[in-house]
Amino acid sequence: MSRARADEEEYWHSSKFRAFTFDDEDDELSQLKESKQAVNSLRDIVDDDDDDLERVSWSGEPVGSISWSIKETVSSSASSLEGRDSSLQKGSSSYAAFPKQVSSYSLSSLFRGRNKLPSFQSLSDALSDTGVKNYAPELRRPKAEYKDYSNDWSPKDTVRRMQRGKVCSLERFRSLQDKLVLLDEAVAGHDGNVITAVLIFLKRTLRREILFRELEVRQVALCHLIHFLKETGEQKLLLDLLRFLDRTEEVALSQYREHLNIQDVEKRREFLKGCIGLPFSAEDTSHIQDHYTLLERQIIIEANDRHLEMSGQSEIFRKYPRKASILNMPLVTTLFYSCFYHYTEAEGTFSSPTNLKKTFKIPDKQYVLTALAARAKLRAWGDVDALFTTKNWLGYTKKKAPIGFHRVVEILQRNNAPVQVLQEYVCLVEDVETRLSLATKYKCHDVVIETYKDLKDRIQLTAYKCKVERGSAEEEKINSILNNMQIRWKN
Amino acid sequence: MSPLDRIANVSILKQHEVDKLYKVETRPAPSASDQFCFLVRPRIRTMRYIADIVNADKMSGRSRKYKIIFSPQKFYACEMVLEEEGVFGDVTCDEWSFYLLPLDEDIISMELPEFFRDYFLEGDHRWINSVARALQLLNSLYGPFGRAYGIGRCAKMSYELWRDLEEESEGDGQGRKPEIGSIFLMDRDTDYVTALCSQVVYEGLVDDTFRIKCGSVDFGPDVTSSDKSIKVLLNAQDKVFSQIRNEHFSSVFGFLSQKSRNLQAQYDRRRGMDIKQMKNFVSQELKGLKQEHRLLSLHIGACESIMKKKTKQDFQEMIKAEHSLLEGFDIRESTSFIEEHIDRQVSPIESLRLMCLLSITENGLVPKDYRSLKTQYLQSYGPEHLLTFHNLKRIGLLTEQAAGETLTAVESRVSKLVTDRAAGKITDAFNSLARKSNFRAISKKLGLIPRLDGEYDLKMPRDMAYVFSGAYVPLSCKIIEQVLERRGWQGLEEVLRLLNGHEFSVSDSTAEDGAAAEAQRVVLAVFLGGCTFSEIAALRFLGKERGCKFIFLTTAITNSARVMEAMSEARA
Repeated sequence: MSRARADEEEYWHSSKFRAFTFDDEDDELSQLKESKQAVNSLRDIVDDDDDDLERVSWSGEPVGSISWSIKETVSSSASSLEGRDSSLQKGSSSYAAFPKQVSSYSLSSLFRGRNKLPSFQSLSDALSDTGVKNYAPELRRPKAEYKDYSNDWSPKDTVRRMQRGKVCSLERFRSLQDKLVLLDEAVAGHDGNVITAVLIFLKRTLRREILFRELEVRQVALCHLIHFLKETGEQKLLLDLLRFLDRTEEVALSQYREHLNIQDVEKRREFLKGCIGLPFSAEDTSHIQDHYTLLERQIIIEANDRHLEMSGQSEIFRKYPRKASILNMPLVTTLFYSCFYHYTEAEGTFSSPTNLKKTFKIPDKQYVLTALAARAKLRAWGDVDALFTTKNWLGYTKKKAPIGFHRVVEILQRNNAPVQVLQEYVCLVEDVETRLSLATKYKCHDVVIETYKDLKDRIQLTAYKCKVERGSAEEEKINSILNNMQIRWKN
Repeated sequence: MSPLDRIANVSILKQHEVDKLYKVETRPAPSASDQFCFLVRPRIRTMRYIADIVNADKMSGRSRKYKIIFSPQKFYACEMVLEEEGVFGDVTCDEWSFYLLPLDEDIISMELPEFFRDYFLEGDHRWINSVARALQLLNSLYGPFGRAYGIGRCAKMSYELWRDLEEESEGDGQGRKPEIGSIFLMDRDTDYVTALCSQVVYEGLVDDTFRIKCGSVDFGPDVTSSDKSIKVLLNAQDKVFSQIRNEHFSSVFGFLSQKSRNLQAQYDRRRGMDIKQMKNFVSQELKGLKQEHRLLSLHIGACESIMKKKTKQDFQEMIKAEHSLLEGFDIRESTSFIEEHIDRQVSPIESLRLMCLLSITENGLVPKDYRSLKTQYLQSYGPEHLLTFHNLKRIGLLTEQAAGETLTAVESRVSKLVTDRAAGKITDAFNSLARKSNFRAISKKLGLIPRLDGEYDLKMPRDMAYVFSGAYVPLSCKIIEQVLERRGWQGLEEVLRLLNGHEFSVSDSTAEDGAAAEAQRVVLAVFLGGCTFSEIAALRFLGKERGCKFIFLTTAITNSARVMEAMSEARA
């Protein structure tokens, strides 16, 4: 073992950061205590004065390129056990031979991957040999040389070793059958990291149609590839795959998702326009259409309102400057905005609430809730009143709401509505108990008094007397009711 | 608090000459240091971030040393990205096999919240190896487990992979005296209902309200009644917290006020003291009292803040709706409650959670309701949530009832595919289709809704239902209880069928015989995809009742909001 290596060994051991050790039986892994020490020893890593660009592979060996590829180099003095971990060895002939693992794969290994030093090899081949080699140079190499492929592991062992973070060359899995056996082994091994690694290899070495075809019957592997493509952002390949699988809805959604990355609103709008034709379900198509229309509207409203605000001509914008732009907000927020700033506009304008309501088929309930919240915020009690007032054909007015009046009360209260306004709605709450509790809570004395009177509950009414101010009109009212001989009290 | 804070805080890192700490975010770190060390989870996004830094340095001719430490392990895909970005040789990589973080005396977390989405939504098996290694580690520390039970596909795979590792290593654990009697592995998708419920035990409520991160919580100014926030470690060491954590919220007030009265009394004792007694008091008791005083005031502050927030949110009404969903009563009413919740633009996560709860207890929403709720949701919270709905459908959390006939036909076909695991061709893609929740039937079979005769006394709970105000026994915990009681799955066949199976039960007779009686009563409950504080409280209760001790290993602590957020497609 060279000195450098020995130093490295020491370094690993001292730092507890032994990423992966070669000895399978070494199983101290990462005990919790060690984890603690590991962080404490961070300095060892950071302070490492070794100026060489130290590259460490999965095995902890210095390597030149991605670990499981064939290009890897390793110091030839590595001990035999460690040697197994590396891929193709350099300086082949002098290298110790390793037994081949499983015979069933020896056939395919005859057709195995390209050589480490192709030009050099073929040159020497050409010098020393004749004939056949030109057709099948690989076939003709001395048997001993194959042993240089030190990791002739069976697919199962390859997977096992990869699961344990060890270097394994996949390049020798060249036949489709070999690749698939390897993939199936990876899936059977339950380690997603290895499954993905194999898929990366397959993706690189198989035409996509063939890969897709094989994955179609391998659902677990398929999930891994889809997830991998999503994560790496290989959108085009992902879409091809989904199309191949006839998952048209996912194709559409996957394309639609891209809009999230578009910051510029104009571009986003254009993109969404393009999404409308995608193969969504009928239901989703209308959502996408709405999304596009909404953004289109918002762009128009935003341009107008910014102008209005800047010019300072509109009172409402002067009084309540906008806190944020309306772009990319949900529909309900947009409706609120429009009820706040554009309530009285005629239906013809894009920014009018009625127009929004019609265009997006906003249900009554939703509309009333939002309009109520907006008008209450502005303390426009007249508008609130109008929202619930309906006239019948005889001209009588009546208050009606598509939501419970207790909700109305709650929203009004949150916006600090005066008692006079509140009590008008509290007394419309149908459930007597809720009405009483709301009225008591918000000090709508008249409602409380009337309700107790209707309930003919003398005890409660008497008790309530102490809740009202002494000498107030309310107290007087209670007294007069209590003195009313015509009421038949229940208690 | 991050897992790193639990192990090495800033001052320790400083002592080891770490110049500055940065969060790996989208912005590059503006450091002048010539050595960077990235301690990261193996994520593609993070690799790109690092590659950008390295490449930017290269462009500006700056030379630095870069080290990436992957925790808990390196992924091949990450290396691929480094290679593609042309920085492979420029950075050195390492692994920190950090699997277990003990959050408390009985809770170990792997701190892998991404496990949930990666496995259950994307069908990616990348973390199974980590789970297997965590088990291996526990096994080596505490000896072999006598019995192993499990339910769920991931549980089974993790178990198999772990056995594989174990056989190969002829582990250190073999010679040890077993300290853990049995282990129970459970997939989160066995029971989504429990994870979706509002929590009402104190610890769960604190998690739902303030978010406990890594066993620590940030109490803001509204709790501390000062102008600064305080970070508090919540664990068994906190004398006040440890007594209320498992209690139903309603009994917490009483406890705290009793406690303050006692404290007052102890302070008051000093009045009649002579000098010597006073000296004793100051030197021996005062510090403890002060400490207790500080903790008491914090938890009282937290309770107040919780109360304030919950009253504002109609918590009472929400709990009522939840309970009717669990019991299957007044579904119409609950549906309109959810609708109103959405229309009023109350928290998007809460609305989504309630919809999922409705779906999963009802085996999917009636198509008409599904469409209308979805439309209103998109209108209230943004059209891009179309993607969220798609995710929820795929994972089976929010589905639309299909016409009876077709589903059963598809189902039978799918279940055949699913059980055909010969070639490892398990069909995860059909996961959601295959997983009909069957909650109502399971609930009936296992008696999850306690029949009420009179009030449920939350101060003197009689079963695990107390963690949900006596309205519901958490399914996950009930399964564990039943299996431990029966020492296997016998007699639970019908439940298993409804749960979609994938159960196992293995006993290691040598380990079982070798274990001391006390060790045999220790149960390691492993939750794959996260467990909630309510479940922990329920099992602690069960442990007390049955004379056993539960230890929890979870991929992460979860709650309904985290489950929903994992499914949500964020605005870019």
